This record gives sequence, C-alpha cells and structure tokens, in this order.
Amino acid sequence: MDAIIRIKDLGKTFTGKENNKDNQVEALRNINLEIHKGNIYGIIGMSGAGKSTLVRCLNFLERPTSGTVYIEGMDLSTMKDSVLRQTRTQISMIFQHFNLLMQRTVVDNICFPMYITGYSKKDARRRALELLEIVDLTEKAEAYPAQLSGGQKQRVAIARALATNPKILLCDEATSALDPTTTKAILKLLKEINETYGITIVIITHEMTVVQEICSHVAIIEKGELAESGTVEEVFTNPHTDAAKRLVFQTAQGTLQMKGKRCIRIVFNEISSFEPVISNMVLECKAPANILLADTRNINGIAHGQMILQLPEEEHLANKMIHYLKERKLTVEEVDDYVG
Amino acid sequence: MWDSATILMLVEGIGATLQMTLLSTLMAYALGLPMGIALVVTAKGGLKPSPFIYKALDIVANIVRSVPFLILLILVIPLTKIIVGKSYGSTATIVPLTIAAAPFIARLVESSLQEVDKGVLEAAQSMGASTGMIVRKVLLVEARTSLIVGATIATGTILGYSAMAGVVGGGGLGDIAIRYGYYRYETDIMLVSVIVLVALVQILQYIGMKLSKRLDRRITG
Ligand SMILES: Nc1ncnc2c1ncn2[C@@H]1O[C@H](COP(=O)(O)OP(=O)(O)OP(=O)(O)O)[C@@H](O)[C@H]1O
Ligand SMILES: [Mg+2]
Repeated sequence: MDAIIRIKDLGKTFTGKENNKDNQVEALRNINLEIHKGNIYGIIGMSGAGKSTLVRCLNFLERPTSGTVYIEGMDLSTMKDSVLRQTRTQISMIFQHFNLLMQRTVVDNICFPMYITGYSKKDARRRALELLEIVDLTEKAEAYPAQLSGGQKQRVAIARALATNPKILLCDEATSALDPTTTKAILKLLKEINETYGITIVIITHEMTVVQEICSHVAIIEKGELAESGTVEEVFTNPHTDAAKRLVFQTAQGTLQMKGKRCIRIVFNEISSFEPVISNMVLECKAPANILLADTRNINGIAHGQMILQLPEEEHLANKMIHYLKERKLTVEEVDDYVG
Repeated sequence: MWDSATILMLVEGIGATLQMTLLSTLMAYALGLPMGIALVVTAKGGLKPSPFIYKALDIVANIVRSVPFLILLILVIPLTKIIVGKSYGSTATIVPLTIAAAPFIARLVESSLQEVDKGVLEAAQSMGASTGMIVRKVLLVEARTSLIVGATIATGTILGYSAMAGVVGGGGLGDIAIRYGYYRYETDIMLVSVIVLVALVQILQYIGMKLSKRLDRRITG
C-alpha cells in the first residue's frame, strides 16, 4: 500500500540574524518516514527536538530546506501556490492554543474553512451544526470562543478541522494545554474520528501517555533526527535507542536512578503474569531482586506491564535470574548504567 | 457681540471643521489602510514577505511623518492648487490633511493588525486560505476593535490638524480661533472655538470607544 504521507530526506535549517551574525539552526536533518492511510501516527520528542517544525513541513506551512513531502504521491515542493492551497484543504490541523477566530461565533468558526472551499452559506451552516453534534457541543453554537473552556475550544477546532472532509488531521500538541481528564476525552474523540472516517492522524506530543492512549505508530525525534519509528507495540516492547528508552521509562515519579548495579527490564503481555513469575524467580534463585519500577500501560487496548529489576551483585545469581525469565518467554533487556 | 452673525459663523465653523475632518479621514484611510495592510503582509514573517516593498513603504511612511504639518501644508500648495483649484478654504485643506494623515494611519493600521494572533493566521493558511482572503476575513475582522480605536485616534488627530490649517486660511473652527483670537484679540470667540473643538474630539472619542467595545467578542457575548 502506498503511503498517504511520505517524508523524504527532509531537512530544515533556519537562518536568522543574531547580533548581526548569520545564525543557523538545523531543526531537522534527513528525516525519512512513511505514514499510511488510517494510521494514528505519534511523533514524540523532547522540547526543541523539531516536532513542530516537522509537522509544519507536512503541509508546507514551513518549507523544508532539503528533501520533500509527498501527500498521496504528490510532491508538495513542486506544486504551484494554488495547487498547494487546494491540497491543504485536505490536510487539516489543530493546535495547542486552538487558534480560533475570537471575533466569530463557534458556528462561524466551523464554517470558515468551508467558505474557502466554496460551500454556500446555507450548506456550510448545516454541516457546521452536524459537526457540533459529533463533537458534542450543540448548545454552544452561537457562543464566542472567549466563553468556552479549553476542552470546548479544542472541540470546536476539531469540528472546524473536519469540516471539509480532510484525509489527514495534523495535531500539534493538541492536548498539552488541557488537564488530564479533558485530554482523555479529546483523545477519545480523535480515536473515534479515526475509526469512523478513516482519517489519518498525525499527533505531535511530548507525552508518552498520549502515544499509548491512541497511537498505532510512533516516531521518536531527537535533536532534529528520527531516532526510531515503528508500531507503538514494537517501540514499546523493544526500544533500541536511548531516546526511545528514556521515553518508555518516563514515569510519573520522574526518572529512575539505576547507577551501579545491573538492572533489567521485563515486559509482560498481561498484568496477571507479573506477581507469580517474580516471586517464583526469587524462590528459585534464592536471592532477592529489587523492584525499581512496575507499571502497566494500556497500548491500543492491550495491557502491557513493564518492570525494572535491580539484580543481585553476584554475577551468577544475576545470570540465573535472567535465564529464568527468558525461559518463561519474557522480553528481558539489560538496562544497566541507565541514567534517566 | 454674541449676535446671530457670530453664532452663525461658529455653527458654520463647526460644519466646515467636521466636513474637513471626516472627508480627510476617509481619504486618508483610502490610502493608509492599504498601505498598513501592505506593511504587515510584506513584513518579515508576514503572509507574503517582501523586503523590498516593505522597506519602500516603510521609508515613505517615515519621511512623510517626519515633516512637520505646517511645513507640509505649505509644501503641498502647488498640488492643492492642481487638485482643488485654490489653496485656501476648508476644501483645499483636505489635500494636505490627507497626505499628512495617510502614513500615520498606515502605522496605526499596521500596529492593529500586528496584534492579531499569529496562530490564527497560521490556522487559516493551513486551511488553504489565500492571502487576500486571510486579509479580508481574518486580519481585518480579528483586529476590528483595535482598528476602530485607531480610527478614533486618527480622527481626533486630523481634527486637531485641521485647526492648525487655520493659520494659512484653512477654514473651520481653527480659522475662526486664529482670526479672532490672534489677529483681533477677541479672546472670547477664540475660547469658544477651542472649547467646541475639545468637545468635538471628546464626542468622537466617546463614540469610537463605545463602538469598539460593543464589537469586541473577546470580553462579553
Ligand atoms: N522560525 C524559526 N526560526 C528559527 N529557529 C526556529 C524557528 N522555529 C523553530 N526553530 C528552532 O528549531 C528547533 C526545533 O523547534 P520546534 O519548535 O520544531 O521544536 P519542538 O519539538 O516542537 O519543541 P516543543 O516541544 O518545545 O514545541 C528549535 O531549536 C527552535 O529554536
Ligand atoms: Mg512544538
């Protein structure tokens, strides 16, 4: 199957003047990525990694300095302005700060993209009211954005983004300004939209929980480069790069200190298998193992547990434990000397 | 001395002043509004950056604004003669007033439009809106309260300038104030003219502010 979005050798360098000297920031370097129809593709990375720049390159709000982006096989870099604008009507975008028109009502906000594509006033309004039903905000049709909560504003933005039946929805930190409960509700709405309309969604975030909640795929961006990409399942169970590991180990309590002793990370497919395996292992090896972290994560509806154990210092005991766990077909990975 | 002739003169003065002010404001907006929009659109990081056009407009605006109004008034006399046919009277004053106010208005418009959230413009661009559409449907609409405040300031300033034009026989209240107060030492007529001028500015200010508040959807419903 052909990719709906294909990012090819993409690079972006910002050139600016600072203290009268040319100042260059290489925000993105050599990014290659394919996103397929119906994917919910998470793009995650630390602040300043280049996520926003990358997503803005997907509709050429930002022109890459090298490489290009293909949308359904069409090269954006060779498009005339008018064709590019036409293409943009197929790629909607929602933002961290909603970016609604403050001087227009909710309904008028939703009508706006439809006027661009040539809907009549009457048709636009009818569709806007339909969309408000989908995002569950019918009673706010005539309100102004200033009268809405953050979550409600984002719902309006989502309705507006869906108005012209786009094929792709880009979300740049769409939940970062919202509290956890509202975040969950918005993510659920995005997932429903993806399932109902088959819209491909690209989600930029710096929170692993967002990726776990709804993404099918994830790409990790670090310092302007693509560190790792694949299905969420793959990346979560078997992170290769340090950047990926850091994100997978991201916990609410903060990062772990595991200096010194050998540590391993085990991944379970079901939570129920947690307890017995560890206690049996301790019994069998007759040595204690320190549980540094144990949590379960819900990835696309399947529970995944991960545990980080600190092994005994004695080499043979440690090896015995690893052997024991591997025999039980668990993914075991050494993470020693990992500093969070 | 408060005979009907004087009162009639004052009433006519008010009429002439208002006419000059409003016509000049309209004409100055006809020039200044597009200029202000062009400044914002072609600026660095604008919708269609163009350093050359931006710089050219920027220089023109700065030069005209740095010429004192009284000097400008005299400088443009030949032009006024060509356009209006004579260089004195309230109609003639409209020409220098328009020229002086246009760049000032361009700056006011520029700063109002700059207040519009960049994110909103970006959202419109991401929807595939053209630059013209963004200007008309986003920039001007989102900035409307600030634009109205600007227009209020502009009208008040032009009213003040129109009074200054009285020095060179510009007509209106300023003309009356100067003729009676300065040349004939009839200070009471001058005072009344000044009070009326101040009152006019106040009324304009009041209407402008009320209107802009009323149209602002960011505060109330
Ligand atoms: N218009 C610009 N001009 C110059 N440098 C820029 C510009 N936009 C972004 N950058 C730089 O590019 C790098 C990547 O920025 P970007 O906004 O893409 O990061 P991000 O991953 O979205 O970060 P955050 O999570 O904080 O939003 C940063 O170093 C930033 O300073
Ligand atoms: Mg960002």
